[in-house]
Amino acid sequence: MEALKIAEKIKERFPEEFLDVREFRGQVSVTVRREKIVAISQFLHDDPDLFFDYPVDVCGADYLGKKETRFEVVYHLYSIRHRHMIRLKAEVPEEDPAIDSVTGIWIGVNWHEREAFDMYGIVFKGHPDLRRILLPEDWEGYPLRKDYPLKGPEKEWPGFLDVLDRSKRYKEFEWHE
Amino acid sequence: MEDIEDIEQKGFESRELTISMGPQHPATHGVLRLVLDLKGENVVKCTPYVGYLHRGVEKLGENRTYLAALPLSDRLDYISSMNNNVGYVNAVEKLFGIEAPERARFIRTMVAEMGRISSHIIWLGTHVLDIGATTPFLFAMREREAILDLFELLCGARLTVSYPRVGGVRNDISQEFLDRLYEFILDFPSKMDDYETLVTENRIWKERTVGIGVISGEEAVNWGLTGGTLRGSGVDYDVRKYAPYDAYDRVEFDVPVGKNGDCYDRYLVRVGEMRQANRIIKQCIENLPAGRVMADAPKLTLPPKDLILKDMEHLIHQFILITKGPSIPEGEVYMGTEVPKGELGFYFISDGTGKPYRMRVRAPSFIHASVLPRLCKGGLVADVIANIGTIDIVLGECDR
Repeated sequence: MEALKIAEKIKERFPEEFLDVREFRGQVSVTVRREKIVAISQFLHDDPDLFFDYPVDVCGADYLGKKETRFEVVYHLYSIRHRHMIRLKAEVPEEDPAIDSVTGIWIGVNWHEREAFDMYGIVFKGHPDLRRILLPEDWEGYPLRKDYPLKGPEKEWPGFLDVLDRSKRYKEFEWHE
Repeated sequence: MEDIEDIEQKGFESRELTISMGPQHPATHGVLRLVLDLKGENVVKCTPYVGYLHRGVEKLGENRTYLAALPLSDRLDYISSMNNNVGYVNAVEKLFGIEAPERARFIRTMVAEMGRISSHIIWLGTHVLDIGATTPFLFAMREREAILDLFELLCGARLTVSYPRVGGVRNDISQEFLDRLYEFILDFPSKMDDYETLVTENRIWKERTVGIGVISGEEAVNWGLTGGTLRGSGVDYDVRKYAPYDAYDRVEFDVPVGKNGDCYDRYLVRVGEMRQANRIIKQCIENLPAGRVMADAPKLTLPPKDLILKDMEHLIHQFILITKGPSIPEGEVYMGTEVPKGELGFYFISDGTGKPYRMRVRAPSFIHASVLPRLCKGGLVADVIANIGTIDIVLGECDR
């Protein structure tokens, strides 16, 4: 099915959730409200004409100062049976960066959602195991946010200070006696 | 599990044991840490910890121009950097709305398949080495060396090549390269026969892999698995066939598909893929068209060096491209390509400046590592090693 027709189908089914559709270089992105993301995903997954069985990618995006709602969660979905693709985007505001998790529909998005949480601080409600994934558990800040500093005076990560401290102590210890 | 129940019935107490495997374990193929909860020799729960190689490639990409971020893609999957480059330049070309000339597309297909062979051969060598067969590993290094020598002849670099460029390839190929490559691929099937003699019907190999790490096709798709890891379960999804890029619609090849979704079928699929890659390279050499190797888009791709030194116009374009980056329309593009590990996707959000507003890397190894708990659960500790080998992960790509 053509991607624009898929967008129409989503609009027909969820008129209140539907916000925007855009086409660029033959790829269609549909922007929706975040409230019913699970219902929309379930519809995309179950409908026999759409049948998006393969979750390609889930990631966050930060539009600081560019758009009214700051964050977006971007879902790339593909149907191996019908060979079509759609990009679904859900707007997530800065004040309450949370959205429902779709791990119940596609189990493979588990780590993608954890990564989006790790990098953007977007909370996925209902996620079975929402922890930081690439960064240490006690890391401060969310590095892929646009206001995360690239340069400047660097503060050592507490875990590293701990290691330094320990190595100093081991130096004092006399091993051979 | 039965043995443990017997022991418990005799009045002994047993408890779960938690061990940490990695991050410096030779069989984890890099810095992957698995925390295993064991009951006897059986794995009750497996929790992977990744991120030891995190270098912030996505953030780095946001702060470089499209042309300057290319070498970052080399450092994702460092075993097959050529394929990553091809994936990156295809995504950027799609965003720019340009197409590489015919000759460049054939060359890219050719070098990407060389990368596929070199990656799969490393996978084969290390996978069987983990399970206990030392001989194939030593032979595998010989073939990989031959391909790396060819890469060196092609562009001067062996590992981080950066040979494909946005709009084509860096330089045209020489006759010597073609001759040596042709010699290699004529010889390669017989080498593959050697490996298969050593491994395919080997009884120990079969006992260690048949029926281990089974995952059904439907479940594998739901997990988002791609590449050989998915095709071992009987799903024929291959980006080269489903959404052809470069010259893949101009060459003939089959997609090997497994049946049972266990380690052994995934092995067969990847061995079949190497033979198909050989076939593709042969067709590319035989049908290589003449012509230029860089697209004629002076405002988007770097002009040739000799023209920069002679011509004012080209010098200006080069200066703007290096300092400011190309100017492209606002929009967003996702492009997936088939790398040896699976589907490598690049997702760009452009805000009209020369740098990507958001660069996202959809790394197959990341998803494949996430399926490990599912594959290892209920198996033996020794099978954990087989499962790590069979999903074919590179931690540089997983952690980005």
